[in-house]
Amino acid sequence: MIAINAIDQLAEPYDIAIVGAGPAGLAAAARAAELGLSVLLADENPAPGGQIYRAVTTTPVAKRDVLGEDYWKGGALVERLTKTTASYAPGCTVWSVAPDEEGGFELGLSLGGRARLISAGQIILATGAQERPFPIPGWTLPGVMTAGAAQIALKSSGLVPSGRTVIAGCGPLLYLLAGQLAAAGADIVAVLDTTPRRNWLSALPALPDFLRSPYLAKGLKLMAAARGKLSFRTGVTALAAQGADKVTGVTVTRGGKTETIACDALLLHHGVIPGINLSNAAGCAQHFDTVQHCWTPTVDDWFASSIPGIAIAGDGAGIGGAESAALRGEIAALDAVRRLGHLTEGQRDSHAAPARAELARSLRGRRFLDLLYRPAETFLAPPANETIICRCEEVTAGQIRDTASRLGVTGPNQMKAFLRCGMGPCQGRLCGPTVVELIAQVHGVSPADTGYYRLRPPVKPITLAELAALPPSEAAVKAVVR
Amino acid sequence: MSGDARSADIIVIGGGIHGCSTALHCAMRGLSVILIEKDHAGRHASGVNAGGVRQLARHVAEIPLSNASMALWHRIADLVDDDCGFTCDGQVLVAEDDEDLGNCRTRVDDLTLRGFHHEELIDATELRRLVPAVSDACPGGVVSRRDGAAIPLRATQAFKRKAASLGADIREGVRVTRVVRDGANWRVETGEGAFLAPRIVNAAGAWADRIAADLGEPVPLDVIAPMLMITAAMPAFIKPVVILRKRKLSFKQFANGTVLIGGGYLGRAIRDENRTVLDWSKLATNAKTVWDLFPIMRGAPITRAWAGIEARMPDDLPVFGPSAKHEGVFHQFGFSAHGFQLGPGAGAVMAEIIATGSSNVPIDGLQISRFTHH
Amino acid sequence: MFRPIADIKPGPSLGFTFDGSPMTARAGDTVAAALLANGIQACRQTPVSGAARGPYCMMGVCFDCLVVIDGVGNRQGCLVPLREGMRIETQAGRRHPDGGQS
Repeated sequence: MIAINAIDQLAEPYDIAIVGAGPAGLAAAARAAELGLSVLLADENPAPGGQIYRAVTTTPVAKRDVLGEDYWKGGALVERLTKTTASYAPGCTVWSVAPDEEGGFELGLSLGGRARLISAGQIILATGAQERPFPIPGWTLPGVMTAGAAQIALKSSGLVPSGRTVIAGCGPLLYLLAGQLAAAGADIVAVLDTTPRRNWLSALPALPDFLRSPYLAKGLKLMAAARGKLSFRTGVTALAAQGADKVTGVTVTRGGKTETIACDALLLHHGVIPGINLSNAAGCAQHFDTVQHCWTPTVDDWFASSIPGIAIAGDGAGIGGAESAALRGEIAALDAVRRLGHLTEGQRDSHAAPARAELARSLRGRRFLDLLYRPAETFLAPPANETIICRCEEVTAGQIRDTASRLGVTGPNQMKAFLRCGMGPCQGRLCGPTVVELIAQVHGVSPADTGYYRLRPPVKPITLAELAALPPSEAAVKAVVR
Repeated sequence: MSGDARSADIIVIGGGIHGCSTALHCAMRGLSVILIEKDHAGRHASGVNAGGVRQLARHVAEIPLSNASMALWHRIADLVDDDCGFTCDGQVLVAEDDEDLGNCRTRVDDLTLRGFHHEELIDATELRRLVPAVSDACPGGVVSRRDGAAIPLRATQAFKRKAASLGADIREGVRVTRVVRDGANWRVETGEGAFLAPRIVNAAGAWADRIAADLGEPVPLDVIAPMLMITAAMPAFIKPVVILRKRKLSFKQFANGTVLIGGGYLGRAIRDENRTVLDWSKLATNAKTVWDLFPIMRGAPITRAWAGIEARMPDDLPVFGPSAKHEGVFHQFGFSAHGFQLGPGAGAVMAEIIATGSSNVPIDGLQISRFTHH
Repeated sequence: MFRPIADIKPGPSLGFTFDGSPMTARAGDTVAAALLANGIQACRQTPVSGAARGPYCMMGVCFDCLVVIDGVGNRQGCLVPLREGMRIETQAGRRHPDGGQS
């Protein structure tokens, strides 16, 4: 592996550029490099692993059972990459991916405060997932964080919340985190479970598959571990964080009764959704996945997007979990190598066959979890008008509903012009799904009908000075010479 | 909205600010209007442009239309029940050196001789008073004090809503496939059936050449994608819009602190996919100009860049007025990346021409005949 | 608001300042983690209302951990590894790009 620590060390053009060093990106980069192609793996985090295997090579958590056996599987993926000739650039943000005029791609990257344009023949976006926005009154108060944020602090820094901690939401990762934090010694005063009881009805038809899936044993273990030690409260129908300049408590409604639990930290989780900003900004088609209830890039069996040459592997193209992400990275890499003419279709297919079989196994039972843990309508489209939806521009649910009905705004891109929601630095990552829900609710249509934000590069901000100092790309220099 | 009407006095093709404004002004004159838009109103150039409301530095042929429009901008809330985010802090053309300032003087003198007084030459002191953050090297410039800026999509949609409230039938998400003569009417065929009207307005922006070609009036329309970028909120440091003459730049800070940077650098338009691809090397040049002119901006985070899909004519002037070939056909397109300010006035003038056969606002030099009579 | 777990692997620590106060954190922490470990919950004010915000996602998504690092504003604290001697400051709502704050 070639470690890239400064932007001028990039030796473009690369055959394949891969964005994101989670399981999908690590597997894709390793596979493509093993087949002899020049590969760049760019990742904005300081160490490989993505979020699920965050800091797997650097974590200060000594006791292996705190994070669970599944976590340590990430080490093998990193090790595999280090044995290849792939270039790996940590701390490197890819802020733009666009087709060039010669069938390849131009990428805009920043590393160490300097930007550069490079070219690559094929692109694999392995940008992973983010937590689904969980807008409740007070969720912008310091001390309210995502459950994933607490997990990242634990994995990468060996930190746990120091005071009274409340965890709220639903989904497998919530129970995993509750167990991990408890094992690490956090003071978890309550786990507030928002799983809507009627979800059991819609999930039931998917139960048989789940019973035969690897999720079952894992899930039961997690539940047993978490429930045994912790105070679980189910049937939660409303939440609000309390506090003036930081969180001091959470108000909980269940069974028609409301109580306030004092806390120093409130951790929220409603499952994860694909991180689509880069694929959307690159122009890849996307659709609304009605089972996972989120916008998802549209990909084929080889995880190729609507733009020839851009594949999307891992959770960034639909949530499947770490194991499936690595397999999808592997499969996407094989197709990228085939597109570059280094494998025939037959070779690609036979190389991919074992991964495909594994992939089918790893995804079995997923549907049951997706349906069971779909957040209730009241959390997807918050009824309280004062709830902030766009955290960057501080736009509330009430403003969005009012603008949708009074001005007849039918889509999130139009909403931007009236309220500026989605126009702050996070570019809609934390408001897009909710803005869509609210507009759909007002007009009595589905989120699929409202469409999603058209996202724009740079998908992460770059400074004017960085852009002004952008050296001309090699392609541009060649064009002048010619 | 009048649900199922398939015929009207006028069919407007295109729901940009021009189409919506013409629909509104026709409705205000009591004419029945159907407006047909393939996406949603303001989806392209009208919704994603820089929002400049500018008389400054316009081609002489456009000035009468621009003047008519400016009068409407200054009472825009009365016209469309929405202030469209319009603010009037002037626009300043900054001269970067003495030669540049000399050209400014020549231009202002020329306008004065023609009877136009909206542009005013300013010296270094006045420039610094208007734009304190500008680099010390700049010797002066030109100001147009009644100019300003508005929020493009909001403005376009306000025109649409007001037109609809006066009875215009707005059909969004409906694509025109063909325009043909049908007796005394024009038959506008769409993905959702045909619409009939004795008069049609071609306000189809970057797609207007296809309508014109259908009508036997092919035009040399170039599809362009001018790029813009915007920064995170910055402390307030500049009120007027700033433009340059020698290098390409347009620069505007909004009340919320964000700064919009443009200048007409072109990305790549893929009009059949409603898609654009940015050219970062050109945006880097754009950023370098700002870096030179406004040192205060050097650390500003660029949060988004984008491009709209627009029509540009070879002479950078719009195609505006009656068809050179057909009764009942009117063209209103090709505004060449500076049509936003013209929208309100052009709609009013077009409606007047349609309703009365003429207008007092001269449109010499803008007709389609300049391309078709060769 | 965060504390190290009981059996954390020993490692070197780094010194830095936050709004002028000297602090230390474990080498390997990101800036955001280092602030949380030192009891700092709020690290920026929003440009719209001036409300206090602190790290929310810790994975580069939310932009609520924005801070000024060594005079450069709008840095995502959760993505920047802590370095010895870093001067970290609260990100004011609208920051003068030349380093001063309004």
